Amino acid sequence: MGLFVNALAGLLFGLGLLLSGMADPAKVQNFLDLFGTWDPSLAFVMAGAVATTFVGYRVAFRGPTPLLSPQFVLPSREPIDGRLLLGAVLFGIGWGITGFCPGPALVSVPLLAIGTMVFVPAMLGGIVLARALRTPQSAPA
Amino acid sequence: MPMPTEFTPIASSLGGVLIGTSAVLLMLFHGRIAGITNIVGRLLPPRTSGDPAHAAAFLAGLIAAPLVYAAAGATVAQTVSTNVPLMLAGGLLVGFGAAYGGGCTSGHGVCGLARLSPRSFAATATFMAMGFAAVFVVRHVIGG
Repeated sequence: MGLFVNALAGLLFGLGLLLSGMADPAKVQNFLDLFGTWDPSLAFVMAGAVATTFVGYRVAFRGPTPLLSPQFVLPSREPIDGRLLLGAVLFGIGWGITGFCPGPALVSVPLLAIGTMVFVPAMLGGIVLARALRTPQSAPA
Repeated sequence: MPMPTEFTPIASSLGGVLIGTSAVLLMLFHGRIAGITNIVGRLLPPRTSGDPAHAAAFLAGLIAAPLVYAAAGATVAQTVSTNVPLMLAGGLLVGFGAAYGGGCTSGHGVCGLARLSPRSFAATATFMAMGFAAVFVVRHVIGG
C-alpha cells in the first residue's frame, strides 16, 4: 500500500510536470526571460501546485498522524542561514542556464535527450557531494 | 536565438494541480514533503532516514510518467540544450545547490511555500532571482 501510494504520487508528479510544460527547459528559460521571449505559463504551474498543496495539507494535518506512517516528518523551523541562501544561489544559476531542476530532469530520462543524459549524472553527483558536506541532523527538504 | 513557447495557462494550471495532488498524497499517507532532491537523496550515499523502497517507488512512478503520457496519446514537446559542458556544469550546480540549500523547486517552491515556511520563501525568492539573472546574462549579455 505504501509503495503503491508512492508510485502513484511519483506518476502524478511526472504527469503534472509534462502537462504543465515544466519538463520543457525552453519553456522554463522563457519564463525566466522577462526581457526576451517571456512565457508566463510557469507562474500558473506554481499557483496551481501551491494552492492545491496549501488546501490539501490542511486536510492532511487534521489527523494526529499520517494514514500509513507513525508521524509527520517535517523540516525543522531553523532560522534562514548562509547555507540555505548559498545553496539557493547555486541552484538558481544552474536552473537558469539549463532550464532544468531535479524533477523535470528525472522525468525527462526516458526521452533520452543528450543534454539530459549529461545533466542527470552530474546532478546526482552534486547531491551526493552536498549531502556529504551537510551535517546529518538537517536533511534536505 | 531563443524560440518563443506557447502561453498555456490552462494546461499549466492543471499540471500544477497534479503536482500539488502528488504532494498532498505524500503528506496525507506518509507525512512527508514531496521534495524531489530529498527523495533522490534517500537512494544515494550517505544513508539517512526514510524508507529507500518508498523513494524508489516514487521515482519509478515519476520516470514512468512520459510512457503513460505517450500511451494516452499526448506528445511531449521538449527542447534540451546539446551543449555538453553547459549541461554538466548546470547539473552539478542544480544538484549541489538544491541539496546544500535544503530543497529545490518542489521542496521549497511548492511544499515549503504551502507550509508558509520563511526558509522556503527565502530560498524560493533567491533561486528565482538567480534564475532570472542567469537567463538575462546568458541571453542578453553574453548572447545579446
